[in-house]
Amino acid sequence: MIIRKSPEFRYSDLTPKEQYLNRRRFLAAGSAVLAAPFARADNKIAAAIKSPFSTTEKITPIDLATHYNNYYEFGTGKEDPGKNAPGKLDKIRPWTISVEGEVTKPRILDLDQVMKIAPLEERIYRHRCVERWSMVFPWIGFSLSTLLKQFTPTSRAKYVAFQSYYNSKFELGSFSAGIDFPYVEGLRMDEAMHPLTLLAVGIYGEMLPDQMGAPIRLAVPWKYGYKSIKSIVKIKLVEKQPPTTWNKESAEEYGFYSNVNPNVDHPRWSQKKERRLPELFPRDTLIFNGYGDQVAGLYAGMDLRKYH
Amino acid sequence: MIKKILLSGWTRALLFVLCLVPFFDLGWDAYTQNLTANPVEYITHKTGDWTIRFLMITLSVTPLRLLFHQPQLVRFRRMFGLFAFFYATLHFTTWFCLDKFFDFQEMGKDILKRPFITLGLAALLMLIPLAVTSTNGWVRRLGFKRWQKLHRLVYVIALVGVIHYYWLVKSDVRLPLMYGAIWVALMSVRAVERSRNRRQAAVSV
Repeated sequence: MIIRKSPEFRYSDLTPKEQYLNRRRFLAAGSAVLAAPFARADNKIAAAIKSPFSTTEKITPIDLATHYNNYYEFGTGKEDPGKNAPGKLDKIRPWTISVEGEVTKPRILDLDQVMKIAPLEERIYRHRCVERWSMVFPWIGFSLSTLLKQFTPTSRAKYVAFQSYYNSKFELGSFSAGIDFPYVEGLRMDEAMHPLTLLAVGIYGEMLPDQMGAPIRLAVPWKYGYKSIKSIVKIKLVEKQPPTTWNKESAEEYGFYSNVNPNVDHPRWSQKKERRLPELFPRDTLIFNGYGDQVAGLYAGMDLRKYH
Repeated sequence: MIKKILLSGWTRALLFVLCLVPFFDLGWDAYTQNLTANPVEYITHKTGDWTIRFLMITLSVTPLRLLFHQPQLVRFRRMFGLFAFFYATLHFTTWFCLDKFFDFQEMGKDILKRPFITLGLAALLMLIPLAVTSTNGWVRRLGFKRWQKLHRLVYVIALVGVIHYYWLVKSDVRLPLMYGAIWVALMSVRAVERSRNRRQAAVSV
């Protein structure tokens, strides 16, 4: 696959320079709380709560994180989403999310309502892509479980199915990208209810940039990146395991669970190591991406090779 | 006029420099730190892209020569072929040094277990005898007929390169399919030419 470089494109094209510099200062201060004095710009969000789930590892520089993305709707090259996505999602208002299926009161929520469901937390998570690279992101959001509980799932709710926004005017259609759109993902109910499963609305002290899944997405840190679905418009609680996009493309390569596991190779490459971008030397990949203490119990007694 | 341009040493020199542009472009990207968040992947993809492009360029010399009746074009074929080998070597070296970090055991495992890597390495190995015997001396030593037979291996190499590419992409197969189509087109010109020659030979007998 060809990766086109774009030397002329900088983050400053998205964000006015003044804000950009402020963000740098804010990042240097290293605390979301300190963002308050600069909170004039409307894409800033303050996360008052620092989460105990956060890692202390070094956060990936923002310029790398926003210019190296997988978002196939906007192109299959890593730099395509950063070029093509901006302006296509964050301007969509109202942004609505339909919560439906096996819940006592299905309802359509507006983004503003979602953001008021729980106080926003900053959570610094490792993010491991199935392609053997990883980054560390300072997400802002709250546990998905808080939202799900408000809808009182019925006893038949065994899985949660998610769907991304899709517009046929986006760069790629299903045929070109090789995967079906709209993008769909799913979690088992206990995975969805796990406190680590984050519904993210921001990153780096700001609202999510479009190429990272604005305005609302999942961050499931113990699973390969594609499980953390972007730009969510539908959350449906269901009884049967729902179809998921990459699994439909190749079930052998992308399992429903897709837990990070160095002992289960992707058929075409080993998953033992990963490159923490922009580091040059690979490091060992940890089982459940290092979140085993919290999540290994969810899979007790399961054959992780079979249910990869 | 065209013949004069094709025969000129300046044309050859200019083409040589042009063939090096991707290499220096990569160097420039490195110097200006424009190798994306994942430099190793970027260099691997870029050198791979140029390998397959040069293989296709090399394969297109004969069809172009036939279609435009410009036999002098063949003067550049060796250079294009050697540049394919040059970029293939860089591609392999990037994988070997920066992806595997000289870990022979890991490399061995990858070569055995991952068909796309097996094919990539096979293509590179097949290119070596062609690069070695690319000189005029070797044409003489082998005799033209035998030399030509050996160098037809490049048809296979290019196809193996296309499959290598097709097998490594995740889901967007447009580019590998495009190279596959180019390969089919370039081989078709040869096939048509061949059958025409055979017919003519039959007529003259």
